[in-house]
Amino acid sequence: MANVPENLTYAKSHEWVSEQDGTYTIGLTDFAQDALGDLVFINLPQEGDEVKAGEAFCDVESVKAVSDVFSPVTGTVIEVNEDLADAPESINEKPYDAWIARVGDVTDTEELLDAAAYAEFCENQE
Amino acid sequence: MVPFAGYLLPVQYPTGILAEHEAVRTQAGLFDVSHMGEVMFTGPTALASVNHLITNDYSTLTTGRMRYGILCNDHGGCIDDLIVYKFGDEEYYVVVNAANREKDFAHMAANALPGTTVDDISDNIAQLALQGPRSRDILARIADPGELPEKYYSFRRHVSVAGMDCLVSQSGYTGEFGYEIYTVPENATLLWQAIRGAGEEFGLLPCGLGARDTLRLEASMPLYGHEMDDQVTPLEANLGFGVKLGKEEFVGRDALLAAGEPTRIRMGLAATGRGIIREHQDVYVGDEHVGTTTSGTFAPHLKKAVAMALVDVAHSEVGTEVEVNVRGSRIPARIVPMPFYRHA
Repeated sequence: MANVPENLTYAKSHEWVSEQDGTYTIGLTDFAQDALGDLVFINLPQEGDEVKAGEAFCDVESVKAVSDVFSPVTGTVIEVNEDLADAPESINEKPYDAWIARVGDVTDTEELLDAAAYAEFCENQE
Repeated sequence: MVPFAGYLLPVQYPTGILAEHEAVRTQAGLFDVSHMGEVMFTGPTALASVNHLITNDYSTLTTGRMRYGILCNDHGGCIDDLIVYKFGDEEYYVVVNAANREKDFAHMAANALPGTTVDDISDNIAQLALQGPRSRDILARIADPGELPEKYYSFRRHVSVAGMDCLVSQSGYTGEFGYEIYTVPENATLLWQAIRGAGEEFGLLPCGLGARDTLRLEASMPLYGHEMDDQVTPLEANLGFGVKLGKEEFVGRDALLAAGEPTRIRMGLAATGRGIIREHQDVYVGDEHVGTTTSGTFAPHLKKAVAMALVDVAHSEVGTEVEVNVRGSRIPARIVPMPFYRHA
């Protein structure tokens, strides 16, 4: 059973979102990291990138495959977790600490689920 | 679990590919490779048939030894790569890739010489691969160590492993010391459990298809359908060591001789920039397209991105700086010697 913290919201493409004062912090969920397997590389977005809700803004690679990470919001990247470049495995180890990017100037968001709805959504995927 | 050549196989066990890979490099790993195909050649012309069908020279192979080779078509392309075990002067046991089993058998049966019987016995054989530096210690717990094959690419038949009748060869597809163990399917589960039990104190992990692929790639071992296929010759695939053009004849020899020196060849690449190179990606020197990758991954033990590619011979020298188009970005890489990894 994947870990789904109560205090976050979730996109159906398996990103978690935490909003504070208009800044949206984005990462990959426990369900996502488990499905992807051991991550060995991350192609991070850059500060200043314009991202669009529902579109890929980053990609992660396991030994098996490459997977896109989709932005749950439309806005501008204001901060990137550069530590992940050298330690993509942090996403496997602590998916809810290993945030990928913070996005500001948000004008639109994907449909975001609360923890209960996302947990149910994951259960139906298994 | 994924479907693979008619079998259901795990990509990974709960420990994950990286841990499985590292277990094989430093301790031991156990793979269920029962999907592999086995074909018997028997009869007074068995050796002549093997030599007619397969590129290597088996006339010098002695009983108890095994030898790699390629099954070629008339155009010199690869139908499969395989390993021939010599059971006796009129008895050869050929291990082929699961995905090619039916195609191989049809070609072998159609082209074997009169006086040779060709039997597909795959369904009567299960195979486990025990790979890694502790493999001998593990097998010695459940088999007489004096019965185990002493040399690489040699084998012993009728070895008792945990009381079960097995063929044990010193071989594998990981670039590590290890054994491949064949038995009847009825024994497979018990044999798996016996080896798992014997391996526990040595850090043995069960390993899936994912680690099998990263291990073979890190050791630069070719995989049919990637480094070679019916459009690629074994010489292009850099498998010339297994092609004896000096033999009087074999299927594909005329075409290989007519084609002359290959104009493209399989080489190893190591990424020098950030990123992971995968298969089917274009390789450039400047603006010139010089080849295509055939396999690529993050090599877990070496901790770097490596790939194999078919490149123009003119740009194949070790040390050549190239770029690979990885989903729209050019990743710098260098042609490096193979194997990427060699065990101590």
